[in-house]
Amino acid sequence: MSPPVQASTEFALRCENLHRYLGQGEGRVHVLRGVSFAARPGKVTAIVGPSGCGKSTTLYLLGLLDQPDDGSIWIRDRLMSNSSDLDRTAARCEHIGFVFQFHFLMQEFSALDNVMMPMRKLGRLSDAEMADRARALLKDVGLGDKTHRLTTQLSGGEQQRVAIARALANQPAIILADEPTGNLDVKNSAIIFDLLTRLAKENGQAVVLVTHNPDIAHRCDEIKPMRDGEFC
Amino acid sequence: MSTNLRIALRFLTARKRSMLMSLAGIIFGVGFFIVTQAQTSGFEQFFIKVILGTNGAIRIEDKIQATTFTLAAAGHDPDASKFEVETDRTGRKYIAGVEDPGLIIEALRRFRNVAGASTVLEGSVIADSSFKNDSAKVYGIKLEDHLAVSDLAEQVARGHGSLDDFRTTPQGLLVGKVLADRLLLSVGDSLILQAGTEQRRYRVSAIYVTGVSDIDKVRIYMHLGEARSLLKKATGASFIQVSLFDRDRAPQDAVQLEEILRHGAKSWQEREVSWLNAFKALQVSAALTVSTIILISGLGMFNTLAMLVIEKTKEIAILRSMGYSRRDISQIFLWLGAIVLGIGTVGGWILGFAVTYGVSKWPIHITGIFTAETFQVYWSINHYLIATLCAAVVVMTAAVIPARRAARLEPGDIIRGTSQ
Repeated sequence: MSPPVQASTEFALRCENLHRYLGQGEGRVHVLRGVSFAARPGKVTAIVGPSGCGKSTTLYLLGLLDQPDDGSIWIRDRLMSNSSDLDRTAARCEHIGFVFQFHFLMQEFSALDNVMMPMRKLGRLSDAEMADRARALLKDVGLGDKTHRLTTQLSGGEQQRVAIARALANQPAIILADEPTGNLDVKNSAIIFDLLTRLAKENGQAVVLVTHNPDIAHRCDEIKPMRDGEFC
Repeated sequence: MSTNLRIALRFLTARKRSMLMSLAGIIFGVGFFIVTQAQTSGFEQFFIKVILGTNGAIRIEDKIQATTFTLAAAGHDPDASKFEVETDRTGRKYIAGVEDPGLIIEALRRFRNVAGASTVLEGSVIADSSFKNDSAKVYGIKLEDHLAVSDLAEQVARGHGSLDDFRTTPQGLLVGKVLADRLLLSVGDSLILQAGTEQRRYRVSAIYVTGVSDIDKVRIYMHLGEARSLLKKATGASFIQVSLFDRDRAPQDAVQLEEILRHGAKSWQEREVSWLNAFKALQVSAALTVSTIILISGLGMFNTLAMLVIEKTKEIAILRSMGYSRRDISQIFLWLGAIVLGIGTVGGWILGFAVTYGVSKWPIHITGIFTAETFQVYWSINHYLIATLCAAVVVMTAAVIPARRAARLEPGDIIRGTSQ
């Protein structure tokens, strides 16, 4: 079991003693065995470890996409682990940006539409303001001239850059990235990582990323090695 | 435009072929529903028009022989009147015909809904032309009274000859088209009518066409005075034909008239109940048959949306990770159903309208219970509304199940499954 994390407002995200079981009956596996963790604004934390050790499960629990069987999760000191589906959904919209390994863009939409999608749900900006912000974000990730392209007309690296812009769209406090460079070549991996960390640091966002790539992990502010459902 | 609707519109193109098939099904289903209802209602309305124009809305016939009754009326206003009637309904007996038609017609004039009343003396005769003879029924009428309770003028206009000749010829007859054809009669021909031992010669003033073959093959109109003389009935009448301002109130009015006038009174709905029920059954049967098209397209829609949910699980997970709620996801799929329903319904309306219009102009010679030269259609907004309601129930039910399934998907499970 990881040592408990002291409660503090300086953390964008923290969890304590997370337990998670997956599967049913005899196939039921204790995937997370008391994970505790905290992410600070402006810092990049890498969770590393072998396949099946519980890295992604931890990330999905932190991102409120899944619910722990035991333990607590706080987003900016608000306890979210026991909250309703609606509250967790609202918290995802406002505080969390996701970048997945396979970019997960909406294929029927343009790059601009994809970036605007979280903003449309949050509903804080007008249509024109959303479009302006989406264009600015796409420009930041180097896709200023491809805003109206369908995502199917972009390369893998470009699609992942759109995913990063989308994750940043609502200016969330936390960026969670699940192997964001997992399906990219070395050159594109470096570009994506640099982009993600630069923009997050500029905006004071806490970045938690899961990676198998030791080069990427060593460039993070903190590395959290994981084994058999626990931080080592 | 709401974000969920925007997403739904984009998802719509994801399964173009199956969506188009479902859409076509709804268009045809709604369209044919409208067409069949317009046709069946059209023939029903045509039949009602013919029946009302020939036999009137109410027929007062046969005096009731009541055992005991008291009647108290207050003034001439039927609404202000209060009647207390004690009758032995189970043992009700009738005396054939109307004893004093003048008195009954006088009483009828006091009813607000009564537009006209005509005394009719009916009797069986043998009609003998120069070539053939046939059995027939004579209807002794006062022409002007009868014109007020029937479409006789219009029916003569559809046939041959003129009412003026009948009006000015005491021995003039108005003969049904089918009977005239059987007896090889033309306007101006003479015809011998035999009732019992009485035999008289008459002249065909005009040949009328009601369109109802049962009427056109037996009925001969003649002046009431001549009919009394031929049938040897100096007084009374067989029945009184009544027309109403509001035909739909005929059943209630008939009940009231029967109780007040102490004569049997039958509304057109009661007289023609078997035909009206047949039309209703045909209408329901046509609606059920055509609804299967909508039902099948609804099943197609369900299948398409269910497949779409499977195809779009990744997108559902993305949306959920971005903060879209289960309700948003459900709405997106319900919007898909609603869009297809909306386009399908409007398309169906247009198709239904166009085909109904085309069919109404289609020349077709129909003979039987009535005669018509074209398909009869009845334009009613209700046909469009009922078709829309059917389509809405089927399509939205088909959309609800996939929508709920989509909303239940757990984003963590999907992403975990995709990433592994």
